[in-house]
Amino acid sequence: MAALLEVKGLKAFYGQTQSLYDVAFDIPNGGITTLLGANGAGKTTTLRAICNMVRSEGTVRFDGKDIVGQPTEEIVRLRIAHVPEGRGTFTTLTVEENLRIAAYTRKDKQGVRDELERVFSYFPRLKERVQQQAGTLSGGEQQMLAIARALMLKPRLMLLDEPSFGLAPLVVVEIFRILKLINQEEQVSILLVEQNAALALDLASHAYVLETGKVVMSGPSSVVKNDENVRKSYLGY
Amino acid sequence: MEQFLQQLASGLANGAIYACVALALVMIYVSTDHLNFAQGEMAMFSTYLSWQLMSWGASFWVAFFVAVVLSFVLGVIIERAILRPLHNAPVLSVVVVFIGLLAICNSMAGAIWSYLIKEFPSPFPKASFGIAGVIGPHQLGVVLVTLIVLGFLFVFFRYTPLGLAMRAAAQNPQMARLVGVRVDWMLALGWGLAAAVGAVAGIMVAHIVYLDPNMMGGILLYAFASALVGGIGNPGGAVIGGFIVGVLENMVAYAGNQIEKATGVYIVGNGEKLTVALIIVIFVLTVKPAGLFGRVAVKRV
Repeated sequence: MAALLEVKGLKAFYGQTQSLYDVAFDIPNGGITTLLGANGAGKTTTLRAICNMVRSEGTVRFDGKDIVGQPTEEIVRLRIAHVPEGRGTFTTLTVEENLRIAAYTRKDKQGVRDELERVFSYFPRLKERVQQQAGTLSGGEQQMLAIARALMLKPRLMLLDEPSFGLAPLVVVEIFRILKLINQEEQVSILLVEQNAALALDLASHAYVLETGKVVMSGPSSVVKNDENVRKSYLGY
Repeated sequence: MEQFLQQLASGLANGAIYACVALALVMIYVSTDHLNFAQGEMAMFSTYLSWQLMSWGASFWVAFFVAVVLSFVLGVIIERAILRPLHNAPVLSVVVVFIGLLAICNSMAGAIWSYLIKEFPSPFPKASFGIAGVIGPHQLGVVLVTLIVLGFLFVFFRYTPLGLAMRAAAQNPQMARLVGVRVDWMLALGWGLAAAVGAVAGIMVAHIVYLDPNMMGGILLYAFASALVGGIGNPGGAVIGGFIVGVLENMVAYAGNQIEKATGVYIVGNGEKLTVALIIVIFVLTVKPAGLFGRVAVKRV
Protein backbone atom coordinates (compact mmCIF):
# COMPACT_ATOMS: atom_id res chain seq x y z
CA MET A 1 0.00 0.00 0.00
CA ALA A 2 1.43 3.37 -1.00
CA ALA A 3 1.71 6.00 1.72
CA LEU A 4 -0.87 8.77 1.48
CA LEU A 5 1.00 11.00 3.89
CA GLU A 6 4.74 10.84 4.33
CA VAL A 7 6.34 12.78 7.15
CA LYS A 8 10.12 13.01 7.40
CA GLY A 9 12.39 15.04 9.66
CA LEU A 10 9.51 17.21 10.84
CA LYS A 11 10.49 19.97 13.24
CA ALA A 12 8.10 22.52 14.75
CA PHE A 13 8.60 25.70 16.72
CA TYR A 14 6.49 27.90 18.99
CA GLY A 15 8.43 31.15 18.88
CA GLN A 16 11.97 30.21 19.92
CA THR A 17 10.93 26.94 21.49
CA GLN A 18 11.34 23.82 19.43
CA SER A 19 8.70 21.26 20.23
CA LEU A 20 9.19 18.62 17.52
CA TYR A 21 12.52 17.00 16.62
CA ASP A 22 12.74 14.82 13.50
CA VAL A 23 9.31 13.30 13.66
CA ALA A 24 8.80 10.72 10.90
CA PHE A 25 5.90 8.47 10.03
CA ASP A 26 3.80 7.22 7.13
CA ILE A 27 0.07 6.94 6.81
CA PRO A 28 -1.04 4.21 4.41
CA ASN A 29 -3.86 4.99 2.04
CA GLY A 30 -7.17 3.93 3.56
CA GLY A 31 -5.78 3.04 6.96
CA ILE A 32 -6.18 4.33 10.49
CA THR A 33 -3.00 5.37 12.27
CA THR A 34 -2.72 6.66 15.80
CA LEU A 35 -0.22 8.89 17.54
CA LEU A 36 0.16 8.16 21.23
CA GLY A 37 2.09 9.91 23.93
CA ALA A 38 1.92 11.70 27.24
CA ASN A 39 0.87 15.33 27.68
CA GLY A 40 3.34 17.61 25.96
CA ALA A 41 4.84 14.87 23.80
CA GLY A 42 3.98 16.79 20.63
CA LYS A 43 0.91 14.96 19.33
CA THR A 44 -1.23 18.04 18.79
CA THR A 45 1.77 19.94 17.47
CA THR A 46 2.36 17.21 14.88
CA LEU A 47 -1.19 17.63 13.57
CA ARG A 48 -0.82 21.39 13.59
CA ALA A 49 2.49 21.15 11.75
CA ILE A 50 0.92 19.04 8.99
CA CYS A 51 -1.62 21.84 8.40
CA ASN A 52 0.98 24.61 8.79
CA MET A 53 -0.73 26.10 11.83
CA VAL A 54 2.64 26.30 13.55
CA ARG A 55 6.06 27.14 12.11
CA SER A 56 7.59 23.92 10.84
CA GLU A 57 10.47 22.49 8.81
CA GLY A 58 11.04 19.16 7.18
CA THR A 59 9.13 17.13 4.65
CA VAL A 60 5.41 16.51 4.62
CA ARG A 61 4.31 14.82 1.43
CA PHE A 62 0.62 14.33 0.73
CA ASP A 63 -0.12 12.10 -2.22
CA GLY A 64 3.46 12.63 -3.36
CA LYS A 65 3.22 16.44 -3.19
CA ASP A 66 5.26 18.49 -0.72
CA ILE A 67 2.93 20.69 1.35
CA VAL A 68 5.24 22.24 3.96
CA GLY A 69 4.89 26.02 4.07
CA GLN A 70 1.61 26.20 2.13
CA PRO A 71 -1.18 28.24 3.74
CA THR A 72 -3.50 26.21 5.96
CA GLU A 73 -6.56 26.85 3.81
CA GLU A 74 -4.80 25.58 0.68
CA ILE A 75 -3.68 22.41 2.46
CA VAL A 76 -7.28 21.86 3.56
CA ARG A 77 -8.40 22.27 -0.03
CA LEU A 78 -6.20 19.30 -0.98
CA ARG A 79 -8.81 17.41 1.08
CA ILE A 80 -6.99 17.10 4.38
CA ALA A 81 -9.60 17.71 7.09
CA HIS A 82 -8.36 18.68 10.54
CA VAL A 83 -10.75 18.29 13.48
CA PRO A 84 -9.06 20.39 16.15
CA GLU A 85 -8.82 19.73 19.84
CA GLY A 86 -11.76 20.70 22.00
CA ARG A 87 -15.12 21.59 20.54
CA GLY A 88 -14.18 22.59 17.04
CA THR A 89 -17.36 24.34 15.93
CA PHE A 90 -18.49 27.87 15.10
CA THR A 91 -20.58 28.37 18.22
CA THR A 92 -22.74 31.25 16.99
CA LEU A 93 -23.61 29.60 13.67
CA THR A 94 -26.34 27.00 13.32
CA VAL A 95 -25.62 23.32 12.81
CA GLU A 96 -26.54 23.60 9.15
CA GLU A 97 -24.33 26.66 8.63
CA ASN A 98 -21.45 24.86 10.32
CA LEU A 99 -21.80 22.10 7.76
CA ARG A 100 -22.45 24.29 4.74
CA ILE A 101 -19.38 26.42 5.42
CA ALA A 102 -17.21 23.44 4.52
CA ALA A 103 -18.78 23.40 1.05
CA TYR A 104 -18.94 27.13 0.43
CA THR A 105 -16.80 27.07 -2.70
CA ARG A 106 -19.04 24.54 -4.38
CA LYS A 107 -21.51 25.81 -6.93
CA ASP A 108 -23.78 22.76 -7.32
CA LYS A 109 -26.55 23.28 -4.78
CA GLN A 110 -27.99 19.82 -5.28
CA GLY A 111 -24.56 18.28 -4.70
CA VAL A 112 -24.21 20.10 -1.40
CA ARG A 113 -27.70 18.99 -0.35
CA ASP A 114 -26.85 15.36 -1.16
CA GLU A 115 -23.64 15.73 0.79
CA LEU A 116 -25.58 17.02 3.81
CA GLU A 117 -27.91 14.02 3.67
CA ARG A 118 -24.97 11.65 3.44
CA VAL A 119 -23.34 13.26 6.48
CA PHE A 120 -26.62 13.15 8.40
CA SER A 121 -26.82 9.41 7.73
CA TYR A 122 -23.79 9.03 9.98
CA PHE A 123 -25.01 11.55 12.54
CA PRO A 124 -28.82 11.41 12.65
CA ARG A 125 -28.79 13.38 15.89
CA LEU A 126 -27.42 16.43 14.10
CA LYS A 127 -30.29 16.35 11.65
CA GLU A 128 -32.75 16.84 14.50
CA ARG A 129 -30.81 19.92 15.60
CA VAL A 130 -30.15 21.40 12.19
CA GLN A 131 -31.35 24.94 13.00
CA GLN A 132 -29.91 25.05 16.52
CA GLN A 133 -26.92 27.24 17.41
CA ALA A 134 -23.85 25.03 17.63
CA GLY A 135 -22.91 26.55 21.00
CA THR A 136 -26.04 25.10 22.56
CA LEU A 137 -25.27 21.49 21.59
CA SER A 138 -23.99 19.00 24.13
CA GLY A 139 -20.28 18.23 24.16
CA GLY A 140 -20.77 14.96 22.31
CA GLU A 141 -22.98 16.58 19.69
CA GLN A 142 -20.42 19.34 19.16
CA GLN A 143 -17.71 16.76 18.60
CA MET A 144 -19.99 14.96 16.15
CA LEU A 145 -20.64 18.24 14.38
CA ALA A 146 -16.91 18.89 14.08
CA ILE A 147 -16.39 15.45 12.52
CA ALA A 148 -19.44 15.88 10.29
CA ARG A 149 -18.09 19.20 9.07
CA ALA A 150 -14.75 17.58 8.28
CA LEU A 151 -16.66 14.97 6.29
CA MET A 152 -18.31 17.75 4.25
CA LEU A 153 -14.87 18.54 2.87
CA LYS A 154 -14.88 15.09 1.20
CA PRO A 155 -11.51 14.44 2.80
CA ARG A 156 -8.99 11.84 1.75
CA LEU A 157 -7.24 12.22 5.09
CA MET A 158 -8.82 13.18 8.40
CA LEU A 159 -6.68 14.45 11.27
CA LEU A 160 -8.49 13.95 14.56
CA ASP A 161 -7.22 15.59 17.74
CA GLU A 162 -8.55 13.92 20.90
CA PRO A 163 -12.10 13.23 19.77
CA SER A 164 -12.81 11.59 23.14
CA PHE A 165 -11.82 14.69 25.11
CA GLY A 166 -14.19 15.40 28.00
CA LEU A 167 -16.96 13.13 26.75
CA ALA A 168 -18.96 10.45 28.51
CA PRO A 169 -17.68 6.89 27.85
CA LEU A 170 -20.82 5.86 25.98
CA VAL A 171 -20.59 8.87 23.69
CA VAL A 172 -16.94 8.08 23.03
CA VAL A 173 -17.81 4.52 22.02
CA GLU A 174 -20.47 5.87 19.67
CA ILE A 175 -18.07 8.33 18.07
CA PHE A 176 -15.39 5.71 17.59
CA ARG A 177 -17.92 3.37 16.02
CA ILE A 178 -18.82 6.09 13.53
CA LEU A 179 -15.16 6.82 12.81
CA LYS A 180 -14.60 3.19 11.90
CA LEU A 181 -17.65 3.28 9.65
CA ILE A 182 -16.44 6.47 7.94
CA ASN A 183 -13.02 4.93 7.38
CA GLN A 184 -14.52 1.85 5.75
CA GLU A 185 -17.32 3.37 3.72
CA GLU A 186 -15.77 6.64 2.59
CA GLN A 187 -12.22 5.38 2.13
CA VAL A 188 -11.02 8.18 4.37
CA SER A 189 -7.60 7.62 5.89
CA ILE A 190 -7.41 8.71 9.51
CA LEU A 191 -4.63 10.02 11.71
CA LEU A 192 -5.88 9.86 15.28
CA VAL A 193 -4.31 11.58 18.27
CA GLU A 194 -5.56 10.19 21.57
CA GLN A 195 -4.88 10.21 25.28
CA ASN A 196 -7.07 7.16 25.60
CA ALA A 197 -4.48 4.70 24.28
CA ALA A 198 -6.52 1.53 24.74
CA LEU A 199 -9.36 2.92 22.64
CA ALA A 200 -7.02 4.28 19.99
CA LEU A 201 -5.11 1.02 19.66
CA ASP A 202 -8.37 -0.88 19.17
CA LEU A 203 -9.37 1.37 16.29
CA ALA A 204 -6.04 1.90 14.57
CA SER A 205 -4.03 -0.58 12.59
CA HIS A 206 -0.75 1.26 13.15
CA ALA A 207 0.59 3.22 16.08
CA TYR A 208 3.42 5.65 16.70
CA VAL A 209 4.49 6.64 20.20
CA LEU A 210 5.84 10.16 20.71
CA GLU A 211 7.99 11.32 23.58
CA THR A 212 9.20 14.92 23.94
CA GLY A 213 8.91 15.60 20.25
CA LYS A 214 10.40 12.36 18.90
CA VAL A 215 8.99 9.06 17.72
CA VAL A 216 10.25 6.46 20.19
CA MET A 217 8.33 3.46 19.00
CA SER A 218 6.12 2.34 16.16
CA GLY A 219 4.50 -0.72 14.71
CA PRO A 220 1.21 -2.48 14.14
CA SER A 221 -1.27 -1.76 16.93
CA SER A 222 -1.26 -5.36 18.13
CA VAL A 223 2.50 -5.23 18.66
CA VAL A 224 2.49 -1.81 20.31
CA LYS A 225 -0.39 -2.85 22.54
CA ASN A 226 1.64 -5.73 23.94
CA ASP A 227 4.85 -3.80 24.37
CA GLU A 228 5.67 -3.71 28.04
CA ASN A 229 6.79 -0.06 28.17
CA VAL A 230 3.72 1.13 26.34
CA ARG A 231 1.50 -0.95 28.55
CA LYS A 232 2.98 0.50 31.70
CA SER A 233 3.16 4.10 30.50
CA TYR A 234 -0.06 4.50 28.56
CA LEU A 235 -2.38 1.59 29.21
CA GLY A 236 -1.90 1.47 32.95
CA TYR A 237 -1.70 -2.24 33.70
CA MET B 1 -48.02 67.54 16.55
CA GLU B 2 -46.86 68.36 13.06
CA GLN B 3 -43.61 69.70 14.40
CA PHE B 4 -43.16 66.52 16.40
CA LEU B 5 -43.65 64.38 13.29
CA GLN B 6 -41.25 66.56 11.35
CA GLN B 7 -38.61 66.13 14.01
CA LEU B 8 -39.25 62.40 14.12
CA ALA B 9 -38.90 62.14 10.33
CA SER B 10 -35.69 64.09 10.24
CA GLY B 11 -34.42 62.00 13.14
CA LEU B 12 -35.09 58.84 11.16
CA ALA B 13 -33.28 60.25 8.12
CA ASN B 14 -30.24 61.18 10.22
CA GLY B 15 -30.51 57.85 11.98
CA ALA B 16 -30.34 56.04 8.64
CA ILE B 17 -27.01 57.72 7.94
CA TYR B 18 -25.66 56.90 11.41
CA ALA B 19 -26.87 53.33 10.97
CA CYS B 20 -24.87 52.91 7.75
CA VAL B 21 -21.66 54.31 9.20
CA ALA B 22 -22.16 52.36 12.44
CA LEU B 23 -22.67 49.20 10.41
CA ALA B 24 -19.45 49.86 8.51
CA LEU B 25 -17.61 50.24 11.82
CA VAL B 26 -19.12 47.05 13.23
CA MET B 27 -18.33 45.03 10.10
CA ILE B 28 -14.65 45.74 10.55
CA TYR B 29 -14.80 45.47 14.32
CA VAL B 30 -16.26 41.97 14.43
CA SER B 31 -13.62 40.55 12.13
CA THR B 32 -10.54 42.39 13.43
CA ASP B 33 -11.40 43.81 16.88
CA HIS B 34 -10.37 47.24 15.62
CA LEU B 35 -12.44 50.42 15.34
CA ASN B 36 -11.65 52.12 12.07
CA PHE B 37 -11.35 55.81 12.95
CA ALA B 38 -10.88 56.61 9.28
CA GLN B 39 -14.28 55.20 8.29
CA GLY B 40 -15.88 58.65 8.14
CA GLU B 41 -13.08 60.21 6.13
CA MET B 42 -13.10 57.31 3.69
CA ALA B 43 -16.83 57.94 3.19
CA MET B 44 -16.16 61.63 2.68
CA PHE B 45 -13.55 60.79 0.03
CA SER B 46 -16.05 58.52 -1.72
CA THR B 47 -18.56 61.35 -1.71
CA TYR B 48 -16.05 63.61 -3.44
CA LEU B 49 -15.50 60.88 -6.04
CA SER B 50 -19.20 60.90 -6.84
CA TRP B 51 -19.22 64.72 -6.92
CA GLN B 52 -16.30 64.64 -9.35
CA LEU B 53 -18.12 62.17 -11.61
CA MET B 54 -21.20 64.39 -11.56
CA SER B 55 -19.18 67.47 -12.38
CA TRP B 56 -17.84 65.53 -15.37
CA GLY B 57 -21.41 65.10 -16.49
CA ALA B 58 -22.51 61.79 -15.02
CA SER B 59 -26.07 61.57 -13.71
CA PHE B 60 -26.56 61.24 -9.95
CA TRP B 61 -27.26 57.53 -9.91
CA VAL B 62 -24.45 56.65 -12.30
CA ALA B 63 -22.06 58.66 -10.11
CA PHE B 64 -23.54 56.98 -7.04
CA PHE B 65 -22.99 53.43 -8.27
CA VAL B 66 -19.55 54.09 -9.74
CA ALA B 67 -18.42 55.80 -6.52
CA VAL B 68 -19.74 52.94 -4.38
CA VAL B 69 -17.92 50.36 -6.53
CA LEU B 70 -14.72 52.44 -6.51
CA SER B 71 -14.98 52.71 -2.72
CA PHE B 72 -15.30 48.96 -2.47
CA VAL B 73 -12.14 48.52 -4.53
CA LEU B 74 -10.29 51.17 -2.53
CA GLY B 75 -11.36 49.50 0.72
CA VAL B 76 -9.98 46.17 -0.48
CA ILE B 77 -6.73 47.83 -1.58
CA ILE B 78 -6.31 49.64 1.75
CA GLU B 79 -6.73 46.37 3.63
CA ARG B 80 -4.36 44.42 1.40
CA ALA B 81 -1.66 47.10 1.16
CA ILE B 82 -1.76 48.88 4.52
CA LEU B 83 -3.38 46.61 7.10
CA ARG B 84 -2.19 43.21 5.90
CA PRO B 85 1.40 43.85 7.08
CA LEU B 86 0.00 44.86 10.48
CA HIS B 87 -1.90 41.64 11.16
CA ASN B 88 0.16 40.79 14.19
CA ALA B 89 0.93 44.34 15.25
CA PRO B 90 -0.09 45.67 18.67
CA VAL B 91 -3.44 47.48 18.89
CA LEU B 92 -1.88 50.92 19.29
CA SER B 93 0.09 50.62 16.06
CA VAL B 94 -3.14 49.90 14.23
CA VAL B 95 -4.83 52.87 15.93
CA VAL B 96 -2.01 55.13 14.76
CA VAL B 97 -2.39 53.81 11.23
CA PHE B 98 -6.13 54.52 11.33
CA ILE B 99 -5.51 58.06 12.50
CA GLY B 100 -2.90 58.47 9.77
CA LEU B 101 -5.39 57.19 7.23
CA LEU B 102 -7.93 59.69 8.54
CA ALA B 103 -5.50 62.57 8.12
CA ILE B 104 -4.41 61.39 4.68
CA CYS B 105 -7.97 61.10 3.36
CA ASN B 106 -8.83 64.50 4.78
CA SER B 107 -5.85 66.39 3.39
CA MET B 108 -5.95 64.57 0.06
CA ALA B 109 -9.58 65.59 -0.41
CA GLY B 110 -8.64 69.13 0.58
CA ALA B 111 -5.70 69.20 -1.82
CA ILE B 112 -7.65 67.80 -4.76
CA TRP B 113 -10.99 69.50 -4.29
CA SER B 114 -10.15 72.39 -1.88
CA TYR B 115 -11.71 73.03 1.51
CA LEU B 116 -14.47 75.24 0.10
CA ILE B 117 -17.93 74.03 1.01
CA LYS B 118 -19.79 72.68 -2.01
CA GLU B 119 -23.47 72.13 -2.59
CA PHE B 120 -24.45 68.56 -3.25
CA PRO B 121 -27.54 67.62 -5.25
CA SER B 122 -30.38 65.41 -4.13
CA PRO B 123 -31.55 62.74 -6.58
CA PHE B 124 -35.10 62.79 -5.29
CA PRO B 125 -37.85 64.85 -6.97
CA LYS B 126 -38.57 68.11 -5.16
CA ALA B 127 -42.31 68.13 -4.52
CA SER B 128 -44.37 65.27 -5.88
CA PHE B 129 -42.79 62.91 -3.39
CA GLY B 130 -43.01 62.49 0.34
CA ILE B 131 -45.76 63.44 2.73
CA ALA B 132 -46.27 67.15 2.55
CA GLY B 133 -45.20 69.06 5.61
CA VAL B 134 -44.01 66.05 7.57
CA ILE B 135 -41.18 64.34 5.74
CA GLY B 136 -39.21 65.93 2.94
CA PRO B 137 -38.52 64.01 -0.27
CA HIS B 138 -34.81 63.82 0.44
CA GLN B 139 -35.32 62.49 3.95
CA LEU B 140 -37.72 59.84 2.73
CA GLY B 141 -35.31 58.93 -0.06
CA VAL B 142 -32.41 58.59 2.36
CA VAL B 143 -34.38 56.24 4.57
CA LEU B 144 -35.45 54.14 1.58
CA VAL B 145 -31.96 53.89 0.10
CA THR B 146 -30.56 52.94 3.48
CA LEU B 147 -33.18 50.26 4.02
CA ILE B 148 -32.43 48.80 0.58
CA VAL B 149 -28.70 48.70 1.34
CA LEU B 150 -29.28 47.14 4.76
CA GLY B 151 -31.65 44.58 3.27
CA PHE B 152 -29.11 43.68 0.62
CA LEU B 153 -26.40 43.21 3.26
CA PHE B 154 -28.71 41.14 5.44
CA VAL B 155 -29.52 38.77 2.58
CA PHE B 156 -25.87 38.60 1.58
CA PHE B 157 -24.60 37.66 5.05
CA ARG B 158 -27.53 35.46 5.98
CA TYR B 159 -28.19 33.48 2.82
CA THR B 160 -25.13 33.33 0.56
CA PRO B 161 -22.20 30.93 0.95
CA LEU B 162 -19.73 33.81 0.67
CA GLY B 163 -21.54 35.74 3.41
CA LEU B 164 -21.46 32.63 5.57
CA ALA B 165 -17.72 32.27 4.96
CA MET B 166 -17.21 35.90 5.99
CA ARG B 167 -19.16 35.39 9.21
CA ALA B 168 -17.19 32.24 9.97
CA ALA B 169 -13.89 34.00 9.31
CA ALA B 170 -14.94 36.81 11.65
CA GLN B 171 -16.02 34.48 14.42
CA ASN B 172 -13.04 32.14 14.41
CA PRO B 173 -10.35 32.77 11.80
CA GLN B 174 -8.23 29.75 12.57
CA MET B 175 -11.13 27.34 12.41
CA ALA B 176 -12.32 29.00 9.21
CA ARG B 177 -8.93 28.22 7.65
CA LEU B 178 -9.43 24.60 8.66
CA VAL B 179 -12.53 24.41 6.50
CA GLY B 180 -10.73 25.96 3.56
CA VAL B 181 -11.91 29.58 3.90
CA ARG B 182 -9.35 32.10 2.59
CA VAL B 183 -9.56 34.26 5.70
CA ASP B 184 -7.23 37.01 4.45
CA TRP B 185 -9.48 37.63 1.47
CA MET B 186 -12.56 37.64 3.67
CA LEU B 187 -11.02 40.48 5.70
CA ALA B 188 -10.25 42.45 2.57
CA LEU B 189 -13.78 41.86 1.32
CA GLY B 190 -15.12 43.09 4.68
CA TRP B 191 -13.13 46.30 4.27
CA GLY B 192 -14.48 46.72 0.77
CA LEU B 193 -18.07 46.29 1.92
CA ALA B 194 -17.57 48.66 4.85
CA ALA B 195 -16.12 51.30 2.53
CA ALA B 196 -19.03 50.84 0.11
CA VAL B 197 -21.65 51.20 2.86
CA GLY B 198 -19.82 54.26 4.16
CA ALA B 199 -19.89 55.71 0.64
CA VAL B 200 -23.66 55.29 0.50
CA ALA B 201 -23.97 57.17 3.79
CA GLY B 202 -21.67 59.97 2.64
CA ILE B 203 -23.41 60.49 -0.70
CA MET B 204 -26.82 60.49 0.98
CA VAL B 205 -25.90 62.91 3.75
CA ALA B 206 -23.92 65.38 1.63
CA HIS B 207 -27.11 67.10 0.44
CA ILE B 208 -28.02 67.81 4.08
CA VAL B 209 -24.65 68.79 5.59
CA TYR B 210 -23.02 70.06 2.34
CA LEU B 211 -19.82 68.68 0.92
CA ASP B 212 -16.53 69.57 2.56
CA PRO B 213 -13.57 67.54 3.81
CA ASN B 214 -14.76 67.76 7.41
CA MET B 215 -18.36 66.80 6.74
CA MET B 216 -18.15 63.35 8.35
CA GLY B 217 -16.48 64.35 11.64
CA GLY B 218 -19.65 64.77 13.67
CA ILE B 219 -21.36 61.90 11.90
CA LEU B 220 -18.57 59.50 12.80
CA LEU B 221 -19.04 60.49 16.44
CA TYR B 222 -22.76 59.73 16.21
CA ALA B 223 -21.98 56.47 14.47
CA PHE B 224 -19.62 55.41 17.25
CA ALA B 225 -22.35 56.23 19.75
CA SER B 226 -24.88 54.26 17.68
CA ALA B 227 -22.64 51.22 17.45
CA LEU B 228 -21.99 51.30 21.19
CA VAL B 229 -25.64 51.79 22.09
CA GLY B 230 -26.64 48.87 19.90
CA GLY B 231 -23.78 46.66 21.02
CA ILE B 232 -20.51 46.98 19.17
CA GLY B 233 -20.33 43.33 18.13
CA ASN B 234 -23.85 43.19 16.73
CA PRO B 235 -24.59 44.48 13.20
CA GLY B 236 -28.36 44.52 13.71
CA GLY B 237 -27.89 46.33 17.00
CA ALA B 238 -25.70 48.96 15.34
CA VAL B 239 -28.43 49.68 12.79
CA ILE B 240 -31.11 50.01 15.44
CA GLY B 241 -28.68 52.05 17.54
CA GLY B 242 -28.24 54.41 14.60
CA PHE B 243 -31.97 55.06 14.36
CA ILE B 244 -32.25 55.44 18.14
CA VAL B 245 -29.47 58.04 18.28
CA GLY B 246 -30.85 59.90 15.25
CA VAL B 247 -34.35 60.15 16.68
CA LEU B 248 -33.06 60.86 20.18
CA GLU B 249 -31.03 63.91 19.22
CA ASN B 250 -33.99 65.46 17.41
CA MET B 251 -36.35 64.65 20.25
CA VAL B 252 -34.01 66.39 22.66
CA ALA B 253 -34.11 69.53 20.55
CA TYR B 254 -37.88 69.24 20.15
CA ALA B 255 -38.46 68.82 23.88
CA GLY B 256 -36.20 71.81 24.55
CA ASN B 257 -38.22 73.94 22.12
CA GLN B 258 -41.52 72.90 23.69
CA ILE B 259 -40.27 73.71 27.17
CA GLU B 260 -39.06 77.08 26.02
CA LYS B 261 -42.40 77.80 24.37
CA ALA B 262 -44.40 76.80 27.41
CA THR B 263 -42.30 78.35 30.16
CA GLY B 264 -40.01 80.77 28.41
CA VAL B 265 -37.02 79.07 29.96
CA TYR B 266 -34.33 77.95 27.55
CA ILE B 267 -32.81 74.63 28.61
CA VAL B 268 -31.72 72.82 25.47
CA GLY B 269 -32.01 73.57 21.79
CA ASN B 270 -30.42 72.59 18.50
CA GLY B 271 -26.99 73.62 19.73
CA GLU B 272 -26.99 71.20 22.64
CA LYS B 273 -28.59 68.19 21.06
CA LEU B 274 -25.31 66.38 20.42
CA THR B 275 -24.25 66.87 24.02
CA VAL B 276 -27.53 65.68 25.47
CA ALA B 277 -27.73 62.73 23.10
CA LEU B 278 -24.23 61.64 24.10
CA ILE B 279 -25.08 62.03 27.78
CA ILE B 280 -27.99 59.67 27.25
CA VAL B 281 -25.70 57.27 25.41
CA ILE B 282 -23.22 57.29 28.28
CA PHE B 283 -26.09 56.66 30.67
CA VAL B 284 -27.29 53.68 28.62
CA LEU B 285 -23.79 52.24 28.59
CA THR B 286 -23.33 52.55 32.35
CA VAL B 287 -26.54 50.60 32.84
CA LYS B 288 -25.94 48.12 30.03
CA PRO B 289 -22.22 48.06 29.20
CA ALA B 290 -22.64 45.56 26.37
CA GLY B 291 -25.11 47.90 24.65
CA LEU B 292 -28.85 47.39 24.28
CA PHE B 293 -28.47 44.43 21.93
CA GLY B 294 -24.99 43.36 22.96
CA ARG B 295 -24.69 39.67 22.40
CA VAL B 296 -24.13 37.54 25.43
CA ALA B 297 -22.60 34.52 23.73
CA VAL B 298 -24.21 31.19 24.50
CA LYS B 299 -21.42 29.05 25.79
CA ARG B 300 -21.22 25.68 27.40
CA VAL B 301 -18.48 25.08 29.91
